Amino acid sequence: MKLKFGVVVFPGSNCDHDAYYVTKKLLDQESEFLWHKEKDLKNSDVIILPGGFSYGDYLRTGAIARFSPIMESVIKFANSGGIVLGICNGFQILLEAGLLPGVLLKNESTKFICKDVFLKIQSKNTSFTAFVEKDVLQISIAHGDGNYFADEKTLAELKNNDQIVFQYCNRKGDVDSESNPNGSLMNIAGITNKERNILGMMPHPERCSDKILGNTDGIELFNSLIKYLTN
Amino acid sequence: MYKATVIVKKRAKILDPQGKAVEQGAKLLGFNDISKTRIGKYIEFFVNTTDFETAKNEVIAYSEKLLVNPNMEDFEYSLEKAE
Repeated sequence: MKLKFGVVVFPGSNCDHDAYYVTKKLLDQESEFLWHKEKDLKNSDVIILPGGFSYGDYLRTGAIARFSPIMESVIKFANSGGIVLGICNGFQILLEAGLLPGVLLKNESTKFICKDVFLKIQSKNTSFTAFVEKDVLQISIAHGDGNYFADEKTLAELKNNDQIVFQYCNRKGDVDSESNPNGSLMNIAGITNKERNILGMMPHPERCSDKILGNTDGIELFNSLIKYLTN
Repeated sequence: MYKATVIVKKRAKILDPQGKAVEQGAKLLGFNDISKTRIGKYIEFFVNTTDFETAKNEVIAYSEKLLVNPNMEDFEYSLEKAE
């Protein structure tokens, strides 16, 4: 059985083809682009909100994309248990849509950061991480607004409900302030919702999936998801 | 017709690295008395109604739904009659 991935394309998305390439070519699954003006999710099993600069990041990152017609369907899909992955700008859109709690502020350094970072898998209780053997992944980030912030109550809830999925760490897996690239509270790089079907993450697993690029840690997340959904 | 102006400010608890960076520039220029620089947004638009209450409600709803993210921002607005 093949899964069907739906990759949403907003004006300004620029990682949509990477997500399509990984799901269709590397993972050999069904994959289709979903234009933001449409409402039809075309029977997708998994929705990916890709990275990029939707609507030029005007007003706030993700703020305008969140009201695209397709997002109505994505929100319904997510609220009925459908699996949604938001990468980078996709994560920002999920936060603006209220599907995940908190907000992503400008990086503490005010600089756009593009580099490989190490991520500690803090929770393996998600479809994307359940079957990943490693505890630390090396994945690239590329963002100007990745500084995760939430009020103390929300942070406590995230922690107590095991909703923090990825934290920035060093090569050995220690979560320390030196490994925090952008100022995120608790080194948060990715979170899930209480129901655990929505994952938002700043790092780009789709950019670390093809052998030719020298690092395949990212594809482990997609492999886990496929195993989880097809078993 | 009313002209609305909305000012969006980062909440006090939210760090403002942009404001901090600009303030470093201020120091370099010798403006040593400058402190606590915070950068926000100024948005203006017109509301096509003659009724003040309608205009007010629309500005608040528009701000809360789109212009402002309550997780990190507060806003204030003003309305003036326009031709």
